[in-house]
Amino acid sequence: LPTARAIRTWSVVHTWSSLVCTAFLLMLCVTGLPLIFHHEIDHALGNAVEAPAMAPDTAKAELDRVVDAGRHRHPGEVVQYVVWDKVEPDLVYLFMAPTYTAEDARRVVVDARTGEVLGEPNTRTSLTAILLQLHVDMFAGLPGKLFLGGMGLLFVVAIVSGVVLYAPFMRRLPFGAVRRDRSPRIKWLDLHNLLGVVTISWAVVVGATGVINTWADLVLKVWQFDQLAAMVAPYRGKAPAVAKAPLQSVIETAQRAAPQMKPSFVAFPGTPFTSAHHYAVFLRGDTPLTSRLLKPALIDAETGALTDARELPWYVTTLLVSQPLHFGDYGGMPLKLIWAVLDVVTIVVLGSGLYLWVRRRRAATDEPIARVEVAGTAAPEPRAQPGE
Amino acid sequence: MKRAEDMRWGALMRVFAWPLVLAVLSALGLLFALLGDGAWDVASWLLLAVPIAAIAWAIVRAGPRSETGRCHPRQR
Repeated sequence: LPTARAIRTWSVVHTWSSLVCTAFLLMLCVTGLPLIFHHEIDHALGNAVEAPAMAPDTAKAELDRVVDAGRHRHPGEVVQYVVWDKVEPDLVYLFMAPTYTAEDARRVVVDARTGEVLGEPNTRTSLTAILLQLHVDMFAGLPGKLFLGGMGLLFVVAIVSGVVLYAPFMRRLPFGAVRRDRSPRIKWLDLHNLLGVVTISWAVVVGATGVINTWADLVLKVWQFDQLAAMVAPYRGKAPAVAKAPLQSVIETAQRAAPQMKPSFVAFPGTPFTSAHHYAVFLRGDTPLTSRLLKPALIDAETGALTDARELPWYVTTLLVSQPLHFGDYGGMPLKLIWAVLDVVTIVVLGSGLYLWVRRRRAATDEPIARVEVAGTAAPEPRAQPGE
Repeated sequence: MKRAEDMRWGALMRVFAWPLVLAVLSALGLLFALLGDGAWDVASWLLLAVPIAAIAWAIVRAGPRSETGRCHPRQR
């Protein structure tokens, strides 16, 4: 067990790392709870597009027709990305905006079989879109993202220091002890310790993967300068391509380069995911894990020939694998429900931690006996007040 | 000296045995759903339900609050 001096140091670390991040972590937990069910909420609020029922083996339309449907609907805009819905293979999303690099693109949903536009879900002012924006960057762009990432790192520090402090507190108590007959302070201290310690793995994984997700923009930048630049090196200095190759043939060429894989999305020439000369077809595998592991195939936009196809580097793979581990969307509805329960447990841990800190401050000023009470039952010596 | 160290180790193991078991089970649960569908998902749900069950167990075991008052005088 740590010495009294070490406990005091860890106690300061735990108190301050928690205090600084608690308000933001509460916000993240509260907005994150409905976001676990964003798919279901969008459907319930009528903000989701569904594919009409047809015979199960209905053939798919040529991809060029699908894309033309979007261009016809918004003649002044360009298609940035074509994305296939993983769950509903009959739905294709066209990301459209005034320029290839504009953010905040609209999403036109097209039926992959008929090539007809099915609708345009509201991705800006719907309930889930606003919650997502709050959760991701608090409407503050990249600085907001990185700030929340910093709060996530403090959360991980708070968890680690909390685990260290768990030892002196539980030295004389059996696992799972909740002293309900004692003062509310002791009851909540026990609950804080119990709920915190049994959810460590989940909280560390969701916290750390959330931090990694805040670096997504930076990871993309590094990939552009590192691997993408190497793949398109022969094209350096050339004028931007006139995209003449039919999109359907582009997809087929990409799939020949990786026959076991399916297209996940296509980036059009000039977007951040490719060069000004290439379509980038990002291919994916079929299991929950490999469906996240993408392989880009760069196709010359003029000739339709394959330029290069490589596995993504480790830092992009880490980002892609950390996404499902943060969202909890990789094991069906029961996993989402477990995610929701553990999210609520984390809210209770955060709230009780705040309560214990407030109580201790009050106890320190006008009720010194409360300090002795805790110290006498659990903490190794009166001045050390770990766990708050 | 050796004995004192053994005692410290023993105390640490006693405190962290159950938390360690729960942490390993839930980490496996988080991993399993990534590896496949069907049985992998079911295994993941069961493993991740263990910490939730542990919370329920501890709260039920603590029982309802006693009627003698919110803070027993002898315990202050």
